Amino acid sequence: MGVSRRNFLKIAGISLLGLGAKPAYDVFAGRDLPEFAQGEEAREAKRWAMVIDTRKCRDKDGCQDCILACHRAHNVPDVGNSRQEIKWIWTEPYENAFPNQEHEFLEETLKHRPVIVLCNHCDDPPCVRVCPTKATFKREDGIVMMDYHRCIGCRFCMAACPYGSRSFNWGDPRRAPKEKNPDFPTNPNFPTRTKGVVEKCNFCEERLVAGLLPACVEACKEKALIFGDLGNPDSDVRKVLRSHYTIRRKPGLGTGPAIYYIV
Amino acid sequence: MKMYDAGKIIVGIIVFVTLITFPFWYNRGKAAPSPKPKLLTREKECVEPTPYMKTSHMRLLNEWRNSVVREGNRLYISSNGKKYSMNLANTSLSDSCMGCHSKKAEFCDQCHNYVGVKPYCWDCHIEPKEKR
Amino acid sequence: MLEKALTGSQRYWGWIISLLILIGVGFSFYLLQFTEGLKITGMGRDVSWGFYIAQFTFLVGVAASAVMVVLPYYLHNYKAFGRITILGEFLAVGAVSMCLLFIIVDLGQPIRLFNVLLHPTPNSILFWDMIVLNGYLFLNIVIGWVVLSAERNAVSPPSWVKPLIYLSIPWAVSIHTVTAYLYCGLPGRGFWLTAILAPRFLSSAFASGPAFLIILCLIIRRLTRFDPGREQIQTLAKIVTYAIILNGFFFLCEVFTAMYSHIPEHMHHFEYLFFGLEGHGILVPWMWASVLLAVLAIILLINPATRRSESVLAVACVAVFASTWIDKGLGLISGGFIPSPLGHVTEYWPTLPEALIALGVWGVGFLILTVLYKIAVSIKEEIGA
Ligand code: HEC
Ligand code: HEC
Ligand code: HEC
Repeated sequence: MGVSRRNFLKIAGISLLGLGAKPAYDVFAGRDLPEFAQGEEAREAKRWAMVIDTRKCRDKDGCQDCILACHRAHNVPDVGNSRQEIKWIWTEPYENAFPNQEHEFLEETLKHRPVIVLCNHCDDPPCVRVCPTKATFKREDGIVMMDYHRCIGCRFCMAACPYGSRSFNWGDPRRAPKEKNPDFPTNPNFPTRTKGVVEKCNFCEERLVAGLLPACVEACKEKALIFGDLGNPDSDVRKVLRSHYTIRRKPGLGTGPAIYYIV
Repeated sequence: MKMYDAGKIIVGIIVFVTLITFPFWYNRGKAAPSPKPKLLTREKECVEPTPYMKTSHMRLLNEWRNSVVREGNRLYISSNGKKYSMNLANTSLSDSCMGCHSKKAEFCDQCHNYVGVKPYCWDCHIEPKEKR
Repeated sequence: MLEKALTGSQRYWGWIISLLILIGVGFSFYLLQFTEGLKITGMGRDVSWGFYIAQFTFLVGVAASAVMVVLPYYLHNYKAFGRITILGEFLAVGAVSMCLLFIIVDLGQPIRLFNVLLHPTPNSILFWDMIVLNGYLFLNIVIGWVVLSAERNAVSPPSWVKPLIYLSIPWAVSIHTVTAYLYCGLPGRGFWLTAILAPRFLSSAFASGPAFLIILCLIIRRLTRFDPGREQIQTLAKIVTYAIILNGFFFLCEVFTAMYSHIPEHMHHFEYLFFGLEGHGILVPWMWASVLLAVLAIILLINPATRRSESVLAVACVAVFASTWIDKGLGLISGGFIPSPLGHVTEYWPTLPEALIALGVWGVGFLILTVLYKIAVSIKEEIGA
């Protein structure tokens, strides 16, 4: 809780300086510091990670289960304009997901195979490095988070991300065309975003604390998405990684993605 | 650099300072009578003692969101030891702000309109649907 | 001294009013952007920075003009530049003001701007850029103003400005370096990922800034009783000559590395800019125009006979300015984003509102520049310099 303490003192200091000098000494109803705790059912991990078995993906047959589940759970609207679209998880052709790992004589099934892509929750995320306000940061369990309350919309993180995983709210998401988003917001218990902030996949951090699996993982009937703790040798991801050859996107950049692919 | 028309400048400064501090001295000494927000909840007490909530709920909310978003906590332990879900708008949690104060228009807005603040939180957080 | 800006000829006021109209138009479109969001621009997921950030980058270069007159005067005791240091410093003030405005109009949440100070993050280059730009603005306002007041009162400037002046020299280098570091430290953007980016920013800055200063000097001589001086202009011309040649050389180094190595992530961006990629090539004519303008400028500048003719020199300076503007104000940002790291080609071109907002910011810069130059020139006229 070190950070909290520091933030708290800073906020108290700022309010003392002028915003509301009087209430500042009855802070937290007689206590010096507020107390917090994790949720009781929360899933915890040393390092969250995902393995995607691209062989099982049925995108070609029109399956969009994981994408829809994610976008509905997080109120990601269809802005109706591919140039300024917002997406947390989507598919790319193999050659775009893995540029430089394609070649002319690639196995036929692989050639145009759709590959599920999302934020890689990197070990050494360039987006976190460049953010001027710490609005994007890495948690101890490896999840790269966005603090939408703090983002100033400079889009430095979008320039820094080598995977195109970040979307910007060019307009107000709540004003996305109604005919494309009839029941928006689809999840009343998760906030939408406003215009002018960057957003991306959060590994369903809000579901993990409630003891659930990420929405995409839960939605996939083919079990093509496997989620778990890299720090635990008996976890599902570790088991799959042990028994399969896996690759990651753009390994040469040293970002250390936490999304592994079986091709 | 000489001071031309020193008189005029000083008068100007006084007028300017008076204008920008107007709200402060205008309200001096008056304890604005607050409106009666409708509580509409079966619970007896708020997260923290009412006087504290009245003056400092926005600070509490700030602490909550930092604790949730930046530190991954979800539970708040109040000064009398009770646990609450740190959540602003989720009405499926009965112990969130809006879980208890489910009628935003008659509770939060009542006060805010009176004092003329318009928290921007609802640009993102979804207002609970009015239940009948 | 400000009162000098409040009296002027009809032409002066006409110019000021046209600038104010430009600013007004830009501002009303900014209000539109403020309410609608950046969706009114041509930017998108793949090209997430556009015209605003490109103008910012280019103008950081123009701000360099100051150091190119300050350095010879104060470090090499080159007396002739004493007449025009103030012009360089005030040009820097105008240019840096535009830089800051361009960053602000590019933000999605401009009201949260102060989060940068509330949550200072030294590992972000943008944080440092804020510091160096504001610092440079401050230095040039203070130095320019103090030195000019002293000149007006025919006394020597107070001794405390000397350290500030010396500080402003490395500081000018820092604004370019830090601005280049915004780009060249990003993995996955092959176009920017080159160690020569910062040196190239400096060389193009030291070409475009002084070139613009020469044009301004020629205009001042035309319109006022103050003559910045033939020798001064000729020395600036030599600086521009060296800088634009160096810039060309650095550019060729970049092209060689990218094209000879054949590494796709580096090569595709150049292909896009100069030949087009997958049928998209909106910038191709512009980039070649930039190259031709630079070649033309080098020919005119290298040749002493043409360089010494002030009318030819003016043409060369316009060519330098236009060439570097296309290079940084159009090519650098789009070229870096296209193709995207996933290999998609999404083209970018500013929309009309976006262009008008940018023009409005230029208007603000020129207004600041005009007012400051009016003051400086009036005082120079007054003391009969
Ligand atoms: C467990 C239900 C519950 C929760 C959760 C809760 N409140 Fe309350 N709140 C109450 C009750 C009951 C009162 C009235 C207490 C009294 O009458 O003294 C109250 C009073 C208040 C008041 C003072 C109103 C007045 O009378 O002037 C404010 C402000 C307030 N709550 C804000 C909040 C905010 C903000 C949150 C979320 C951080 C929150 N409450 C969460 C039950 C709750
Ligand atoms: C007793 C009256 C009262 C009630 C009830 C009340 N508020 Fe407030 N609230 C205020 C006042 C007064 C301010 C402004 C404080 C200031 O400006 O320093 C404020 C400010 C805020 C702010 C900060 C806004 C800003 O722009 O800084 C938030 C967030 C907020 N309230 C949330 C809530 C929520 C959520 C509820 C309902 C659960 C609520 N408030 C109920 C009186 C009230
Ligand atoms: C730009 C959109 C945005 C705005 C504006 C915003 N929030 Fe949030 N907030 C979010 C999102 C998204 C989350 C959820 C993060 C998560 O659970 O992963 C969140 C989470 C929170 C949480 C913790 C859990 C929850 O869902 O309630 C609190 C408390 C909170 N915000 C308070 C506020 C307050 C108070 C304001 C206004 C002063 C505010 N927020 C304004 C987007 C926003």
